[in-house]
Amino acid sequence: MNWKKLLLLAIPLFLWLINYPISNPRLFNPYALQIIILMGVNAILALSWDLVAGVTGQFSIGHAGFMAIGAYSSAFLTLNYHFPFLPAILFATLLSAAAGFVVGIPTLRLRGDYLAIATLGFGEIVRVAILNAKSLGAATGLKGIPILSSFFSVYLALAIALWLCLALLKSQPGRILLAIREDELAAQMMGIDVVKYKVFAFSLSACLAGIGGALYAHWTSFIHPDSFTFMKSIEIILMGVVGGMGTIYGAAAGGMIITLLPEGLRLLLEQNPVLSQNKEFIRMLFFASLLLIFILLRPQGIFGKKEGV
Amino acid sequence: MVFLNLLLSGCARKQEEERIKIGVILPLTGLLSTFGQSVRKGVELALEEVNKGGGILGKQIECIIEDDESKTDGAQTVVTKLLTKDKVDLVLGEVVSSATLAIAPLCQRYKVPLVTPSATNVEVTKVGDYIFRTCFIDDFQGSALARFAFENLGARRAAILKDVKSDYSIGLASAFSKTFKEMGGEIVNEQAYAAGDTDFRTQLTSIKASNPDALFIPGYYTEVGLIIRQAKELSLRITLLGGDGWDSPKLVEIAGASAEGTYFGTHFSPQQPTPRVRDFVSAFRQKYNEDPDALAALGYDALRLVADAIRRAGTMERVKVREELAKTSKFTGVTGDITIDENRNARKPLVMLKIEGGKPTYLTSIEL
Repeated sequence: MNWKKLLLLAIPLFLWLINYPISNPRLFNPYALQIIILMGVNAILALSWDLVAGVTGQFSIGHAGFMAIGAYSSAFLTLNYHFPFLPAILFATLLSAAAGFVVGIPTLRLRGDYLAIATLGFGEIVRVAILNAKSLGAATGLKGIPILSSFFSVYLALAIALWLCLALLKSQPGRILLAIREDELAAQMMGIDVVKYKVFAFSLSACLAGIGGALYAHWTSFIHPDSFTFMKSIEIILMGVVGGMGTIYGAAAGGMIITLLPEGLRLLLEQNPVLSQNKEFIRMLFFASLLLIFILLRPQGIFGKKEGV
Repeated sequence: MVFLNLLLSGCARKQEEERIKIGVILPLTGLLSTFGQSVRKGVELALEEVNKGGGILGKQIECIIEDDESKTDGAQTVVTKLLTKDKVDLVLGEVVSSATLAIAPLCQRYKVPLVTPSATNVEVTKVGDYIFRTCFIDDFQGSALARFAFENLGARRAAILKDVKSDYSIGLASAFSKTFKEMGGEIVNEQAYAAGDTDFRTQLTSIKASNPDALFIPGYYTEVGLIIRQAKELSLRITLLGGDGWDSPKLVEIAGASAEGTYFGTHFSPQQPTPRVRDFVSAFRQKYNEDPDALAALGYDALRLVADAIRRAGTMERVKVREELAKTSKFTGVTGDITIDENRNARKPLVMLKIEGGKPTYLTSIEL
């Protein structure tokens, strides 16, 4: 498949080419760029969550914790030691993966609700630890982080993450993860080391969340423990579910839609003089109702199928 | 794509020249929505009054109020919208320090003045020369409380019981002890607790043994309420005082009758006997059918102060408006006369309240 390889090369080139005009405030509105960047970051986060929850069937509600580890560790390096962006991201990735590994070993022996609660606890531990760490800005937050993320870096990371996940699903380890999701006991009976593969999925997922966090920190230039609360984890889950659990493109699309929709509603409501009174409530009401209707009509998500992958 | 088109067409739309645009960023939904809604009421009342009086420079003010969902990245997205799509002349907000720290660098980069009504963290205005605040900072509050203890209460020996987990509490305690010592007082005992504690008898017994005239408790109302109650149980017969962390109806609820005769400092009291406050309170009651709280008063003052600075500048040029904001001196607000100092922080009186008959009652205003 030669044309496929060409396509793989063409994507970074394309991203690189449009990076310049899109980053120029005279040519492209910075508000639109802000939304597009957050869409990319959230797509990566949703993808990361989907890998554990959708593909492997292990429900996690602590992904904001992994994101925070990535965000804070990379920001700490670029801010204090003037690390270049790439090594900082790599370090953040490794650290989050290690966190995923460390958390994974004891907790992934748990199942279902118990696992969910353990991951929730993990997320809160990370947040509270940061809240008490003076060198990480504690309750003031970390400010003045160099703005190193760009349209190019965010979407290149997203493209790589997508490619990685798609490749994984076609490989033997990917099939094993699916087998674990479908029936853990049966997978075990087939001789699969279930815990080992669950830890693997968790580490990989944490790794992606760490990248998302690093890109986020170097775009917003300010991070605060309040940005990584339990609610952020819920938001990530929402993205994954709307996109369709277990679907790779779906998770990314979910991340983008959930980011775009509230801002789109903001702009739509602004045009209407009647609705623009108390627009913040109407906006949230609309957003919630749209989600509700969507989930009722299409419980399997945008890209989801009724059964299997 | 539809949204993208909307965005782009939004940019191209001809801007109205007739109005002065002020962007207001508040947490109107989410965790901090009660704060945001209070500030909003104050801002909208001030807006109505300024516009009824003919606006400024012959133009009406338009406030574009946006919700950031109590999120720091939400605040950033919204401020980018206000700065680049709506092209506002000035930004008012946010309520809390974290979100204000998130938006301040953007306002500084676009050279649009940012005025926060209530972010008290010292770091906020250090971001740059376009960032202002119209509330006092923790250092000021601690010093003003020390002055109150020394001059008004006649205390010479003070003890401190602070929350070691909170920057706010530590900041207040150190400013208090510095000023108190400078005035000639003595800090006889300094005890610590951590937010979430419920038993303070050990610390209080030690404080009782050192025999102070006053005990300063810079904490939040949940713990403070319990401390006041336990102090009474240990028959600690000294004056207790604290800062704006006490300012909640919950304090009296928790402390009960023990709270009688304690003092605390805050931003605003609707009982202040000045005509300015009386007019504000009655206008506020008429519009919203409730009494204004401190945040509503701070929001009201922030918009009026901004309008005043624009009027003095005589133009909407941001450089000039920024200069006039920095020059603000003795602006008569409902939270006291506001002067902007060289660090772009507000110097204003601290409103001292005394709890009498289960209700905080206005006592006096302390200036430094």
